[in-house]
Amino acid sequence: MARRIVVIGGGTAGTLAANRLRRALGPDDEIIVIDADDRHLYQPGLLFVPFGLASPARLVRSRAAQLRAGVEFRQATVDQVDLDADKVVLAGGTPVPYDVLLVASGARLLPEETDGLTGPGWGETVHTFYSLSGAATLAGALAGFEGGRLVVDLVDLPVKCPVAPLEFCFLADWYLRRRGVRDRVQLTYVTSLDAAFTKATCNRELSGLLARKGIEVVTEFATGEVDAKAGRLVSYDDREVGFDLAVVVPVHGGAGYVSRSAGLGDPLGFVPTETTLQAKTKPNVFVIGDATDLRASKAGSVAHFEGEILVHNIYRYLAGEEPNARFDGHTNCFIETGFDKALLIDFNDDLDPVPGHFPTRVGLPLLKESRLNHLGKLAFEQLYWHVILPGRDIPFVGAEMPRSGKRQESAELIPQPTGGAR
Amino acid sequence: MTTTTYFGTEVAVDAEGFFTDPGQWTEAMASQIAAGEGIAELTDRHWQVIKFMRHEYEEKGGAPNVRALAKTSGVPIKELYQLFPKGPAKLAAKIAGIPKPRGCI
Repeated sequence: MARRIVVIGGGTAGTLAANRLRRALGPDDEIIVIDADDRHLYQPGLLFVPFGLASPARLVRSRAAQLRAGVEFRQATVDQVDLDADKVVLAGGTPVPYDVLLVASGARLLPEETDGLTGPGWGETVHTFYSLSGAATLAGALAGFEGGRLVVDLVDLPVKCPVAPLEFCFLADWYLRRRGVRDRVQLTYVTSLDAAFTKATCNRELSGLLARKGIEVVTEFATGEVDAKAGRLVSYDDREVGFDLAVVVPVHGGAGYVSRSAGLGDPLGFVPTETTLQAKTKPNVFVIGDATDLRASKAGSVAHFEGEILVHNIYRYLAGEEPNARFDGHTNCFIETGFDKALLIDFNDDLDPVPGHFPTRVGLPLLKESRLNHLGKLAFEQLYWHVILPGRDIPFVGAEMPRSGKRQESAELIPQPTGGAR
Repeated sequence: MTTTTYFGTEVAVDAEGFFTDPGQWTEAMASQIAAGEGIAELTDRHWQVIKFMRHEYEEKGGAPNVRALAKTSGVPIKELYQLFPKGPAKLAAKIAGIPKPRGCI
């Protein structure tokens, strides 16, 4: 009997999942991907736009064109999901019934949740690089920045790619040096966390990096207001950080329809998810990527590693068997550090990032700046369009985190910095 | 695993003083924990948050972060910072005798 799988979201997670499902399921099974527009953005590229290292137009391709033959793309806005009736309701009222629903609608920016952020000064002295238009506008502002206080502010977790704000600091240091104005700029990283990196082992290994680059760090700063007129960030406990140019990463929430759908989301609009990638409320609803409430980073590598688990479990669910594969929180990030160097970190829920090599003893250096990792980060763009999105596996890099090249003795238990959990 | 004593009762806590067994907590212990954290008196508003944290923990097995707490508890985020300075979710969890909220990454 033909079954219908409806995927909400044609981003990284939805696209790779639909393509993997198409290969795994029979030709009679229908797969529909719904998204509001046909613009697939290569999000890792946003970091490079403000520094003139990537052109905005080149980062966008057709969503439909990334889907395999036999996957239907439907351009429509989702109004809500009716979990009891097993159907998606589109704006305008058209119902789309499903046998299995896959929520892959990611996270969205909510700058309006921070007082003053989108007020006067937004796009002038207050910017973000987390959207394509924001990153492009910021490129202009940075090019004309001749000196003063440049502040990069991470308002609160969870956010997509939590290391990107730090990478922005490293690249800003490099960019301002190249322009010969670095000595006239005070560069400050402001974070709601109690340390710069979200992982304790990273803080231990990498704290020197920020100091060496002359980047000041303000921690446990919960931004309550952005006052562009006076040029200051004000925290909920009334501390202040002054700025001439502010780069703010706004708080994130899930897609709007998640909150409109009874029983689907948590208060922030993310979907409570089991490690089998099933929604906690319904066994025929699966969740992948940034849309989950899992503790893992909101990052493309996570969606990629989840893809294998997801398809296995949907296949078993459709066959009437218990989904038995579980996602271990495997995450892999290249962290651009400027001057053509990058770091690589690889971790899961049980093992923090440690030094060593990836994926085996012979491979890319972990937790250490190297030119090889920078080349790896650049090569990733091709890997993204041609391997990740089509839902292929990367040789030697599977869903389960590799351990053989890692120096695990340095991963003793250390208290974790706390983030969104203030 | 370490232990500490509140009102003559030994309870299990983690390295940072968060309860590892919420069942050992009593309401009487809350004011003693709060005093140790610099909160001299627990007002009705404090209690609204503390009871909400315990309720959330019992329902969902985890404590909410500060944004979710503000959205669901009826106490605005600014006031949460006044009631429980620096880290409302963390501090309220400690006083409510539930494990440290997991930071998201």
